[in-house]
Amino acid sequence: MKAKNQRLVLTLAALGALVAAALLAMSALRNQASFFYSPADALRDHVRPGQAIRLGGMVEKGSLVREPDGVTIDFRVTDGAASVAARYTGIVPDLFREGSGVVAEGRFVAPGTFVADTILAKHDEKYMPPQIAGSMHETKSLKP
Amino acid sequence: MIAETGLIALLIAAALALLQAAMGFGALRPDGESLLRAVRPVAVVQAAMTVTAFAMLLLLFSQTDLSVKLVAEDSATTLPLLYRITGAWGNHEGSMLMWVTILAVAGAAVAMFERRLPERTLAATIGAQGLIAMGFFAFLLFSSNPFERLPVPPVEGSGFNPLLQDPGLAFHPPTLYVGYVGLSVAFSFAVGALLTRDVSPAFARAMRPWVLGAWIFLTLGITAGSYWAYYELGWGGWWFWDPTENASLMPWLAATALLHSVSVLATRDGLRAWTVMLAVVAFSMSMVGTFLVRSGILTSVHAFALDPRRGAFILILLALYIGGALALFGARIATVAEGNRFDPVSREGALVANNLLLSAILGVVLIGTLYPLLVESATGDKLSVGPPYFNAAAGPLALILVAIMAGGPMMRWRRDRLVTVGRRVAIPAAVVVVALVAVLGALPGLRILPLLGLVLAAGAAAASVAPLWKRNLRRTPLFTWGMVVAHLGIAVSLAGMASESAFSQETLIAARPGETVHVGPYAIRFAAIDPIAGENYTAVKATLVATRGASTPITLSPEQRTFDNPPQQTAESAIATLVDGQLYTVVGEPVPGGRWQLRLWWKPFVTLIWAGGVLVAVGGALSLIGRVRPRRQVRAERDGYAR
Repeated sequence: MKAKNQRLVLTLAALGALVAAALLAMSALRNQASFFYSPADALRDHVRPGQAIRLGGMVEKGSLVREPDGVTIDFRVTDGAASVAARYTGIVPDLFREGSGVVAEGRFVAPGTFVADTILAKHDEKYMPPQIAGSMHETKSLKP
Repeated sequence: MIAETGLIALLIAAALALLQAAMGFGALRPDGESLLRAVRPVAVVQAAMTVTAFAMLLLLFSQTDLSVKLVAEDSATTLPLLYRITGAWGNHEGSMLMWVTILAVAGAAVAMFERRLPERTLAATIGAQGLIAMGFFAFLLFSSNPFERLPVPPVEGSGFNPLLQDPGLAFHPPTLYVGYVGLSVAFSFAVGALLTRDVSPAFARAMRPWVLGAWIFLTLGITAGSYWAYYELGWGGWWFWDPTENASLMPWLAATALLHSVSVLATRDGLRAWTVMLAVVAFSMSMVGTFLVRSGILTSVHAFALDPRRGAFILILLALYIGGALALFGARIATVAEGNRFDPVSREGALVANNLLLSAILGVVLIGTLYPLLVESATGDKLSVGPPYFNAAAGPLALILVAIMAGGPMMRWRRDRLVTVGRRVAIPAAVVVVALVAVLGALPGLRILPLLGLVLAAGAAAASVAPLWKRNLRRTPLFTWGMVVAHLGIAVSLAGMASESAFSQETLIAARPGETVHVGPYAIRFAAIDPIAGENYTAVKATLVATRGASTPITLSPEQRTFDNPPQQTAESAIATLVDGQLYTVVGEPVPGGRWQLRLWWKPFVTLIWAGGVLVAVGGALSLIGRVRPRRQVRAERDGYAR
């Protein structure tokens, strides 16, 4: 193989690999990216049940109920404008409590009913996820 | 006084960095002869000043000087001494100062110890290192001054994030940063070589130990970070595809590719342009990572700051440095002569495949990490890309990469024949087949990725030791041992990942003291739950007694800790490490009926994940020792493994 050809082949191989990676990434992204919704957005946009999303907001005061099994909880996620019922089985994070910020990863099983696989909670202003900080700016009435 | 000393040292260092850049690049002019030698001491003094500034910050933190804003915000007098000190880099400004300190020390190390690089290229390299440092000094001084005083010092500091109050903080960030920022040396080498048009095997041999050094620390840092997250977060996972984890993985992928392509350049004088490109990309990935983590645009425990000005500042630095280096690359690369050619079926061919796959994985991770940011800035939609994406997109590529890693070292340099390669890979291939049959027979219904992971790990482990086959082990060069150990480490780690993913068992239950619960092969008696007091927290401690068959019972004591400054609870997991896995226990909240939440995992062979990581780093260290003692190196390399 001539020097020029070799360089060409290598460049083409590199480009091919990059394109393949990009295509792989794009197709995976289409299926796997989960959108972040506030409860108001989620209700307005009629999120399809079963679609993986992140639901972010605050744990509504007075909404936290523990099931008899001791490890399942029901609560409502609110953004001040709307709220959504959610259920989670597991040990909730250390910062999770009524009035604290929460990001729940999971899916709607029925309109307005959310089942979380994972719960992320932040409480200190300093460590608040920007996404929540963002949605909090939009609804200022939230501060307890 | 201490804070002012630190600030002045930082200012002097910034000025010296400017001087260093000017002298280093000035030395390239025809009349720049006299600057060639003078630039070295400047780099050393610059580093000494930066280290002084960092030492001052450590001193301020260890004394908890609350008149300094940073200390008041991120520490408290009630903290244990270890966290009063390590807290210095548990915040944005302090960690950036550590970043710059390592950058300066790396530059000084090049100035002091680099002997193989031609003088002019070395001067340009040191100049480039100064130029990078300048930008980050400006970042510190203009937007993240760690030494800012408060007009009125508070009575007590606002405390320190309890999640970071762990001995891991003493090890993980410094190690990771040495690796991260150590890659700046490769970047500067590339810039220097492009400026002097001196891309040659000698250049590659000079650069290789620096790349190896950074890569070893990066490997250890990532391994340590993974284990820390595993035991500290109490979620039982060891990798979350968190953007900040990706920020450390991306430079590692690029550095790993660089490490392999630099070998082709050093040994066979091939892949010249590609190697230079990778050297630029590797540190660019470090800077992208720094931007992601430090700009505060990410959701993470690592994202300390929410200050858009900082993000913009780093973004501008990124654009200048990466753009500048790529422009230089574009302008100069055509003048770099073509290297040696090689056959597709050869060691070089395998290394090219390795590089392409590593780059593809890097691309997949980069796209997944940046996609949410791009979508949000374009449409305002917020989305997150998590493990399902990364596992689906990067997993298959990684498995192919492992297969190539297994076969590549068994090929000859320059040209090989498929038939003879086939004969050499026969044993590992047989191991793969046997493993496949065994796994399919013993464990039907295994998911595809763990299945392939286990089978490939077995084959890769067999293949990785193959280069030692029929060799006089005492006369085998150290860098060959390094390769063998590092590749074995990858196989070991892969086995751990596959095993963890396939065989982990979990029990989540609310139990009363006295009850016995089961997880995996263990019966666990919930013996007691007691309140205890720590140095700056109170906790409830569960006592769990685990037994398997007739073996000696193991006692585990997970805790639920409550800190009051800042007010926060953390779960402190208790982990028992056994020969064949780990028993991982977490105690949660009390629930009505006198019960406590218990989360228990049995994770067979999970420790292999980190043991493999350490092996990889050890392999790197062996290689490094072998490379800096260059006895008979060239000849041994020419002979290669496959004689």
